[in-house]
Amino acid sequence: MTVDMSQFYEVFFEEAAEHLASMESLLLKLDINAPDPDELNAVFRAAHSIKGGSGTFGFTDMTGVTHILENLLDKIRKGELALRQEMIDVFLEAGDVLKGQLDAHRSGGAGVDETTVAHVCAVLAQLASEDTAPVAAPPPSVTPRQGRTRFHLAFKRVAKAKLENLLRELAGNGDLKVQEESGNENLSIMLDTSLSETDLLEMIQYVVSLKQVVLATGEIDPTEFAREAFGFFEGNPGAPEEAPVAEEGDGFGLFISPAELKSQQEADDGFGLFDDAPGMEQIKQVAAAAPSKPLAAAPGKTPMPTATNAEGSSIRVSVEKVDQLINLVGELVITQAMLAQTTANVDPALYEVLLNSVSQLERNTRDLQESVMSIRMMPISFVFSRFPRVVRDVATKLGKQVELRTIGEGTELDKGLIEKIADPLTHLVRNSLDHGIETPEKRIAAGKDPKGTLTLRASHQGGNIVIEVSDDGGGLSRERILAKAKEKDIPVSDSITDQEVWLLIFAPGFSTAEVVTDVSGRGVGMDVVKRNIEGMGGRVELDSKTGVGTTVTIRLPLTLAILDGMSVAVGDEIFIIPLNYIIESLQPAERDVKTVASEGRVVNVRGEYLPLMALHSLFNIKPKTRDPSKGILVVIESDGAKAALLVDELVGQHQVVIKSLETNFRKVRGISAATIMGDGKVALILDMAALVRMARG
Amino acid sequence: MAKTILAIDDSTSIRQMVAFTLKGAGYEVVEAVDGEDGLNKAKAKPFNLVLTDQNMPKMDGITLIKSLRAMPQYKNTPILVLTTEAGDTMKSQGKAAGATGWLVKPFDPQKLMDVVKKVIG
Repeated sequence: MTVDMSQFYEVFFEEAAEHLASMESLLLKLDINAPDPDELNAVFRAAHSIKGGSGTFGFTDMTGVTHILENLLDKIRKGELALRQEMIDVFLEAGDVLKGQLDAHRSGGAGVDETTVAHVCAVLAQLASEDTAPVAAPPPSVTPRQGRTRFHLAFKRVAKAKLENLLRELAGNGDLKVQEESGNENLSIMLDTSLSETDLLEMIQYVVSLKQVVLATGEIDPTEFAREAFGFFEGNPGAPEEAPVAEEGDGFGLFISPAELKSQQEADDGFGLFDDAPGMEQIKQVAAAAPSKPLAAAPGKTPMPTATNAEGSSIRVSVEKVDQLINLVGELVITQAMLAQTTANVDPALYEVLLNSVSQLERNTRDLQESVMSIRMMPISFVFSRFPRVVRDVATKLGKQVELRTIGEGTELDKGLIEKIADPLTHLVRNSLDHGIETPEKRIAAGKDPKGTLTLRASHQGGNIVIEVSDDGGGLSRERILAKAKEKDIPVSDSITDQEVWLLIFAPGFSTAEVVTDVSGRGVGMDVVKRNIEGMGGRVELDSKTGVGTTVTIRLPLTLAILDGMSVAVGDEIFIIPLNYIIESLQPAERDVKTVASEGRVVNVRGEYLPLMALHSLFNIKPKTRDPSKGILVVIESDGAKAALLVDELVGQHQVVIKSLETNFRKVRGISAATIMGDGKVALILDMAALVRMARG
Repeated sequence: MAKTILAIDDSTSIRQMVAFTLKGAGYEVVEAVDGEDGLNKAKAKPFNLVLTDQNMPKMDGITLIKSLRAMPQYKNTPILVLTTEAGDTMKSQGKAAGATGWLVKPFDPQKLMDVVKKVIG
């Protein structure tokens, strides 16, 4: 029977990625002086599982790295070696290498630079060989370096790719010399290494079957391969005097006696049976019985469906399926709204039952929508979990001491947002580390704890999720920002408030860093962060006190699929304005609206002149009124700039299901998406940022 | 009637591979995610064969085997350890705990089937 292993790849990839992530977070938490044995075990197990899986599914490059990694971890776990900072460093590096290899297998990416792999392996192997006496070996024919053994290895019919992997692993563990390459994927090599024979074999076994290897501490007898299929390890305990010819390969038919089974256990076929162990009774019976006969000794014949017992409490589902579900629920919400609208006009006395059912449908639909949306929700810890590593690496590079605190990691938000928020957040964290938190000397001089604190906090506030990145560093400098603004020819008034000064750092190309470092401060940054977050329908705020610290606050909608909007009417059309952009709505007095030459109309709102934009002229619709004093002005704000939109009337506030206009129609200037209203009509959702830009010219 | 096998491994991919292979060969397979889970499932109903990983969270394979052997209904059930280490320590530990045999990881589906067939037919 052949089994297509590739069907398990995806599960393995996910699993390995999870193990790598947990390994990293555990490593970062480890107390070097007194590591928790449970945590060490967990790290070991993660490496171990990756090794087992990658070996089974044929990703031998990963197996090689995890094997060496596991060796060192095992020694630490058993207390043979003391944990040191440099070990953690190389463990993390190894984790990165594995991640790279995993990505390469997963997406056919570029993979990892071979020298990096070899380097990490070499460092791991060297650390593992320290302090422990190398296993005594038979005197080598030519004396290799002290504490090392010279092995001669011959490989037979090993696929080229596997062989390359193997040679790379071996080279990372000692001095490798290829003696003979007799074509046909046969190869004999000489290796001086501090590894013990058992370690070496174990490592090789992960890449190639031991049947294909002959290993000796002396010269290899070339006739060794004559015996095919079975390899012998001279001097290895338990090596057979003569290899029994087993039924392996036949796979079925002959049940051999326990005695034969016993002899087979040493045949290096990777499995064995303890002769006198419990359970052998049955094997003897099986051996005696015809293969088809059911086991008499097996207690009970309970017909038990496996399905009931099968998996734990969660299942993996592809994102597309969930999205499809969300889409369908969206349609259902629309249908329900249409039904509600139709039934609004019927006689309540005559159709009481119908109306009751409709209102029940509305409740159920809303609940259903909420639960379906919650499937896509993921805790923000998925993003936060990467920061311990970032903070550690960046702080070390900059010579700063930083403690990272994360609060509210369980706060959930949409998966799509989780993916998009990672980059902007990383940027903010790096910025805080680089420009915010001072060096220990400066901090001591300022009377602060030499160790700075960076806090990541997530919470729900209304329909929004709020993420804060705050540091207790030096804060922003008003003078420096103003000086920089002057230098960049950004117009600023003299009476500018602190809040407005801070907003300047979100201007394109603005960087006040005195020194441009490789961590941040290349002049691209805060403006990109702001743009990205606004692209997600969110907002960024910044608060800072000189000498005390800086806090950047990001507000995001919980999901990208639903939007809180105000519906407004222009002529016969309905438009949706996203609620979080609206500041106020008002009906201006005639004298407040003025026409400015070349700039169109402006409206005076309590002393502030805002550009006035009439939606009807923008979209070429015949309105009910062209006179602002008879219609309604909706004041909106985007990118810190305000504008007033003239509409006929406000219709109401809704939660609308967002439908992409681009996938269903095409991109339209000033429109970000569409939705379907209760009456079945399409309403367009206005793109606030674009409208404000248009209004401002 | 199909023979039942309890497959215990903390790695989902390995577990799925084992279960898929054995189900394909006509066995009934119940999966468990660690030693503790395995023990509970073993208590709930009898199995013809137990396949267990050694290194697992909560309860490792050796402890599980010892616990199973202490139960009358598992006194004679074949138990195989799937292990990455085939060293003598593991073997003597496995034997002392009462395992029937071992199978070294990585293994391919064919080998797994061969071994299982040998043990329970």
